[in-house]
Amino acid sequence: MNQFDDSFDTTVDNQLILKANNLKQHYHVKQGMFKPDAVVKAVDGISFNLEKGKTLAVVGESGCGKSTLGRMLTMIETPTDGSLAHLGEDLLTLNKDAQKKLRQKIQIIFQNPYGSLNPRKKIGAILEEPLVINTTLSKAERKEKALAIMAKVGLKTEHYDRYPHMFSGGQRQRIAIARGLMLDPNVIVADEPVSALDVSVQAQVLNLMMDLQEEFGLSYVFISHDLSVVEHIADDVMVMYLGKVVEQGTRKQLFENPKHPYTLALLSSTPQLSPEKRRIRIKLEGELPSPLNPPSGCAFHGRCSYANDRCKTETPSLRLDNKESQEQGHLIACHAVEENRINLTTQGAA
Amino acid sequence: MSLLQLENLSVTFGNFRAVDNISYKVEEGEVLGIVGESGSGKSVSSLSIMGLIDFPGKVSADRLTFDNQDLQAMPEKQRRKLTGSDIAMIFQDPMTSLNPCFTVGYQIIEALKTHQGGSKKELKMRAIELLTQVGIPAPESRLDNYPHQLSGGMSQRVMIAMSIACNPRLLIADEPTTALDVTIQAQIIDLLIDLQRQKQMGLVLITHDLALVAEVAHRVIVMYAGQIVESGPASEVFSTPRHPYTQALLASLPESAAGKARLEALPGVVPGQYDRPLGCLLSPRCPYATDHCRKVEPANQGDLDRQVKCHTPLDSEGRPAA
Repeated sequence: MNQFDDSFDTTVDNQLILKANNLKQHYHVKQGMFKPDAVVKAVDGISFNLEKGKTLAVVGESGCGKSTLGRMLTMIETPTDGSLAHLGEDLLTLNKDAQKKLRQKIQIIFQNPYGSLNPRKKIGAILEEPLVINTTLSKAERKEKALAIMAKVGLKTEHYDRYPHMFSGGQRQRIAIARGLMLDPNVIVADEPVSALDVSVQAQVLNLMMDLQEEFGLSYVFISHDLSVVEHIADDVMVMYLGKVVEQGTRKQLFENPKHPYTLALLSSTPQLSPEKRRIRIKLEGELPSPLNPPSGCAFHGRCSYANDRCKTETPSLRLDNKESQEQGHLIACHAVEENRINLTTQGAA
Repeated sequence: MSLLQLENLSVTFGNFRAVDNISYKVEEGEVLGIVGESGSGKSVSSLSIMGLIDFPGKVSADRLTFDNQDLQAMPEKQRRKLTGSDIAMIFQDPMTSLNPCFTVGYQIIEALKTHQGGSKKELKMRAIELLTQVGIPAPESRLDNYPHQLSGGMSQRVMIAMSIACNPRLLIADEPTTALDVTIQAQIIDLLIDLQRQKQMGLVLITHDLALVAEVAHRVIVMYAGQIVESGPASEVFSTPRHPYTQALLASLPESAAGKARLEALPGVVPGQYDRPLGCLLSPRCPYATDHCRKVEPANQGDLDRQVKCHTPLDSEGRPAA
């Protein structure tokens, strides 16, 4: 994984904001008095680079560890292994005060705008709370700042004194975004920010997020299961399956030249409006296996039509796709791709 | 002759009209997609067909017939016999629509016993057969499972097994895959369509996922704030939308905008109980609205096969008629 060992780049236009290396989050689960603890590998060795103003999308089915990744990046949870650097500073080895400072720079937007806003607080209080905790601004200054951010996300001044229940889902998500912006962050981790919204409102919120990205030079880690949204907003995409990355690359590489059987299946399962964009349906049998008892070898082998004996015993590592040497950074973890066993002529438009 | 026929169906809760004079029909062996945003009355209209609207909700219709039998005029007992066997429904959230206190087998057999009867052994055999039909592995052992032991996809399969238990002629699926992952969604939709073809059922597929409807439905109805704004064959409605709302919905999908371009979002939200506009309900959000639209409610234009509720329907280039 040479590309992640690059030294820290200081040029402004492609400044490395967030750099994760082999992040792991293992949970120990008690199974009773006489059994040893089981280990759930919720996230098992994830590396990526996030540049300024770019969007990294994390895709996968529920239970694949994408939200756990989001919680680690915002340091809600401490990774059990690996390193996470923000602007070259390792977040995990710092002392508490320094960590608190850096935490301000990485904010999160949650999935459900109904559950993530305190119903007993007014919008003004919700937005100002981060400032109360983290800054020494006076009351008037805090209000000024809150109103300025509210205007940025398309909320009106009179909304300052209202309670969350008075808002629609789309407006609530705007409030959640505003709250994330209060401390001038560099990175926003958006955990399924639009999946609870209707399509027309979803478009409004996505537009807002893209506008804000341009204006403030924000970097997004965009966690989603909706591939059509990801195709629209992402620069880089990471496909996760059972805690591991199975394919990683730029949006173009992933959507125009997907390689991993799981990515192919995900893409073909996503309904498409225009008939010419539809792919041949790859039927995936069964469901995501339990992370408590993951399959041996490649975690995907039970549902994969290309699986052979090697897939059942040997875990594939994430490696560069050797067939496209001119295109950089397309990583795939699959024996079948490596051995050229996948017949891609059956892919493409139906 | 149509399987299900609605004419001017309205559902009111007090002063609020959740469903406002809608008319449509479903033929045998047809997949009808109903799309719309939340609050557009998709679910309420289908609940009213099932007779599941409770007080204070009120259903009224000029005509509500299933297979030429008037659902409104028939005695309650007879209607209850019909719903659940000839008309069946699958609900949105499989995890909450199964009773957590009873085993899966008990719940399937309960539906069978009510509508068809039979000995304990026969019923059990039939339940196993149904679970096999919906693709549940090792159905004998699954009968004794409680809903919490099943995943979302499995629960939805059980729900489907229950709904097809009495060989319904009309199946209403209300957002059957919204709570599921895409790969599981694909499995469930394939299953539903296979069953629909095998049994030549009428299938009403209610969803907010336009692309899903575009893939499987024959005809489609677009609802907005309790009204049908456009209806027609799925391919036509999605390729040449006649109503500004349909056009806007399609434009707001991420796949219709190239690269990182901004999406064409319709401003505002669906009107609720207290902010219902005069005239056309879309007029405050519609880019083509005129003063006439803001005052007078448009009538449905065209016959039932291709209808649009707009003063100035769009032409094939997507521009409003003069």
